[in-house]
Amino acid sequence: MTVTEDPATAEVAPEREVGKARRRKEDARLITGRTTWTDNMVLPGMLHMSVVRSPVAHGKITNVDVSAAQQAPGVVAVLTGRDLAEEQGSIPCAWPVTADMVNPGHPSIAVDEVNHVGEAVAVIVARSRSAAADAIELVDVDYDLLPPVLDMEEAVKHEADLCHDHIDSNTSYHFVFDAGEAGTGGDTEQAFADADVVVSRRFVNQRLIPAFMEPRSVVVQPQGDNFTMWSATQIPHVLRVMLAMVTGIPEHKLRVVAPDVGGGFGGKLQVNPEEVIALLVARRLGKPVKWTETRSESLMAAHHGRDQIQYVDIASTREGDVQGLRVRILADMGAYLRLITPGVPALGAFMFPGIYKFPAYRFECDGVFTNKVPTDAYRGAGRPEATFAVERIMDELAVELGMDPLEVRRRNWIQSQEFPFTTVAGLEYDSGDYDTATQQALDLLGYPELREEQRRRRESNDPVQLGIGFSTFTEMCGLAPSRVLGSLSYGAGGWESASIRMLPTGKVEVVTGSTPHGQGHETAWSQLVADQLGVPFEDIEVLHGDTAVAPKGMDTYGSRSLVVGGTAVVKAADKVVAKARKVAAHLLEANEDDLDFSGGKFTVRGTPGTALSIQEIALAVFAAHDYPEDVEPSIDADATFDPVNFSFPHGTHVCAMEVDTETGFVKIRKYACVDDVGTIVNPLIVEGQVHGGLAQGIAQALYEEAVYDADGNLTTGSFVDYLVPSAADLPHFDTGNTVHVAPGNPIGAKGVGEAGCIASTPAVVNAALDAVRHLGVQDIRMPLTPERVWRAIHQGGDGGDRATAGSNAYGGAQTETTAGVSTPQSSLGGDR
Amino acid sequence: MIPAAFEYARPTSVDEALQAVAEGGEDVKIMAGGQSLIPVMRLRLAAPSTVVDLGRVAEMRGVRDDGDALVIGAMTTHAEVITDPLVAQHAKLIAEATETVADRQTRRRGTFGGALAHADPAGDLPAVALALDAEMVVAGPNGRRTVPASEFFVDYLTTTLDEGEILVEIRVPKLAGDWGVRYEKFNRVAQAWSIVAVAAAVRRENGHIAEARIGLTNMGPTPLRASATEAALNGAAASPDAVAAAARSAAEGTSPSSDLNAQADYREHLAQVLTRRAVTAAAGL
Repeated sequence: MTVTEDPATAEVAPEREVGKARRRKEDARLITGRTTWTDNMVLPGMLHMSVVRSPVAHGKITNVDVSAAQQAPGVVAVLTGRDLAEEQGSIPCAWPVTADMVNPGHPSIAVDEVNHVGEAVAVIVARSRSAAADAIELVDVDYDLLPPVLDMEEAVKHEADLCHDHIDSNTSYHFVFDAGEAGTGGDTEQAFADADVVVSRRFVNQRLIPAFMEPRSVVVQPQGDNFTMWSATQIPHVLRVMLAMVTGIPEHKLRVVAPDVGGGFGGKLQVNPEEVIALLVARRLGKPVKWTETRSESLMAAHHGRDQIQYVDIASTREGDVQGLRVRILADMGAYLRLITPGVPALGAFMFPGIYKFPAYRFECDGVFTNKVPTDAYRGAGRPEATFAVERIMDELAVELGMDPLEVRRRNWIQSQEFPFTTVAGLEYDSGDYDTATQQALDLLGYPELREEQRRRRESNDPVQLGIGFSTFTEMCGLAPSRVLGSLSYGAGGWESASIRMLPTGKVEVVTGSTPHGQGHETAWSQLVADQLGVPFEDIEVLHGDTAVAPKGMDTYGSRSLVVGGTAVVKAADKVVAKARKVAAHLLEANEDDLDFSGGKFTVRGTPGTALSIQEIALAVFAAHDYPEDVEPSIDADATFDPVNFSFPHGTHVCAMEVDTETGFVKIRKYACVDDVGTIVNPLIVEGQVHGGLAQGIAQALYEEAVYDADGNLTTGSFVDYLVPSAADLPHFDTGNTVHVAPGNPIGAKGVGEAGCIASTPAVVNAALDAVRHLGVQDIRMPLTPERVWRAIHQGGDGGDRATAGSNAYGGAQTETTAGVSTPQSSLGGDR
Repeated sequence: MIPAAFEYARPTSVDEALQAVAEGGEDVKIMAGGQSLIPVMRLRLAAPSTVVDLGRVAEMRGVRDDGDALVIGAMTTHAEVITDPLVAQHAKLIAEATETVADRQTRRRGTFGGALAHADPAGDLPAVALALDAEMVVAGPNGRRTVPASEFFVDYLTTTLDEGEILVEIRVPKLAGDWGVRYEKFNRVAQAWSIVAVAAAVRRENGHIAEARIGLTNMGPTPLRASATEAALNGAAASPDAVAAAARSAAEGTSPSSDLNAQADYREHLAQVLTRRAVTAAAGL
């Protein structure tokens, strides 16, 4: 047999970059730290700022004595809230979720009153970082203590103590979404009145701390009437606009740079008080100023996340067909409204129905002020809370009906042939197949064997019981269609911008407005552009994070970067090809319509041997000696993409959990998940995002909780007591994917950054409950500390409150001793 | 997280160290591995005027055989303890407990003597030293003295070490006979301190438990012996039921704290469960 080579296919088509598990090109510098972390910045004449913080949760400032600090060695200036009161404005809140929302105003530095432990009351500017740190304890502040407002359910009662005495209640807003009124569902009250079965539960979605790896850091350099700010932020573009509005420094005189940023998880989606203060101080002194927080400051003063009390009612027929969902939540705002504080629960409002076909739905939320640090975005922002509620209540319904929890879900979820499907919350889910993802996840887990083992352990009354928990979730990603944001009263759009610059040597600069803080944009964007333009991966550089380099952008959060920002890049690349096509036609003396573009080369159909690469065209237009009359000598292009809809990743997460009934210790035996995130550009990055998300979601279920004592001290003030799990505490993850391409963007991607974090928490809690339901346990409050699990098993209830005293390790290294005061009421009898 | 300014001395012998400590005055702090002291200083919970770093005192490092006892230099690191053949042979309980201390990095720097002198009730090694009837050899301006572990730990983060004194070595009696050991540690994440832990050494003879020594970690301001359980086990049958019965009194005489990880009643319960498990394992049941 003779093999003949067909000359037309002899040239091997270049391997597609999209879908390739490339190692991330940015990792070497990020991991070694040999990069532009903000704190690595050193400028000539730079001063260092430290922040004196309130040790009390609520009080009037009666006196601030800075005289000793002013005379300390190396100290250049000490400024109080009074000194900056006229120029500091208020930290902006971009999301007034209702027309009558009450915003008490948020000074960057307290002037008359402090409202949470850790609030800034003075700043020290010194010639060295240690001099600035040394002078903190020399500032003497007197407070008249006010009763701290700490418990939301107490705070909303009539005649409760007030967090802010200039407003008349602790409620910031009352937000309602009613499907009946919106025309997206039936009458909820009627649905409940007609239902065979109603199950009601109160869930606590505890307060969490984003705990990003790189602490917040900011450097401000004044130069004439211009200011450059480097900040460890997720949102340099938003920050620039907001700082201009807050400080009055004209936007065009302000450049914001987010250099390499070491994680954020929403915690750096903020206009931070310290950023405003650093800018004001640099302006006042005319010198560069740096502030880098300590980990203690980060835990107590950077915004927190979650913190909702959820009252959830589900209505169903006896056969398990859901009839209605009613959700009322108290959402802790903390002491002030920061950038999107009130919007987080409002965003979640639309996700409580999950993947189920509820005919009726009503959501009500009260935003409540307490004397704690403000809450704001944290990985998932509203959607994990919603997913937790619906996935927990579906299990409770199954128990009530005596049905298999998966069967109840299956009866009610949207079928694959029903997409696109408009939910009772009015969202149009784009694509997916919940059955297939679930079946694959069960296969990965080895479901029948584990169910069998569970039965054996129950029968033998084994001290270690086994449970299996599910979470069949979806999330709204790709934030966000600008018109939808407008309808929700958000203060900005959700588009993203990109531009592509074709350099004379054939190299390519991709400018993205989607600023990474660890996601791997440089690698993924290079893969996208390599395919679109047919240039080598290595020839592409991705530029980001500097408003002077990437002037337009909406930055990175809400699993939006690839879906929105990546699409802008693809569209810019399409424009580059379109512009190059005209030049190619001219140089090849052919009709544009006769040109094929493939593998980075233009060829003339039917004329073998003629070819011109896009990189050659880049040089040709640089020289500009010979180009068509009617075009500009450039093939560079910009694009701005505004999505029409969200994207809706989904998946099935299954957790098998061992519970030691003697000690209450829970241990994940096996964890399997199958996520549908649409087209996968880089499987390694997707896998990494899923793993990291799982770690954080599992951590909410089992480990993390920001705990305040009765005086409002954060007792989880160090990583000794705010428990973040390490790899040693987490199981192997069995992960898989189904791929249903997102119809809303040319890449087909849905977003993966938050999936693991949103999905996993209820699966873990459901698994633990499944292990001990037969012992009479109905609920265990998160995190499932061994003590809570043990109490729930042996004493009933949900495990109850934890003692609030920090543990005794390190000699009690929490804020109570580093910054705060304690009273006998501060703890449940902890002795230290 | 910058500590307040301090003077720093780095002696190379015990005599030099004693002198440096004497010269350091009241506010002197002795640094062994620094794994507890440095964080506390960085948090400004401690602001000593002088830190005497024992890191270069070679004579305080290493393990030697001294007849019926092992002598472990106070500056022997956890990592060295874990891999030391003499410790493995004669004081396996110490090696087993030390393996649970913090993380690999901490064990490279943290020291056996430092952990004992720091006397953190949540630390793992004090209860082990107590269970093994170790003796602390203390050097001071007036020479050396030896303090039994049972008298060494006096309160929360407090030992009988006087001003000007340094813990130089620890004498650990070799266990003679058919001993089994177990360190049963309970914590929420791998690198964390013990919520409660139990150190057990059990000698079996003719199907019975001839002797049991049980040290409790974090069941009070100091490490404690589970004396009632020890008494109940002496001469008891080496059976799961006998062990379980004896373990029920493990929390007698303890005064555990209540904190985020556990309230006192739960700690008392844990002490019983963990004692049962530790003794069962140590007895080879």
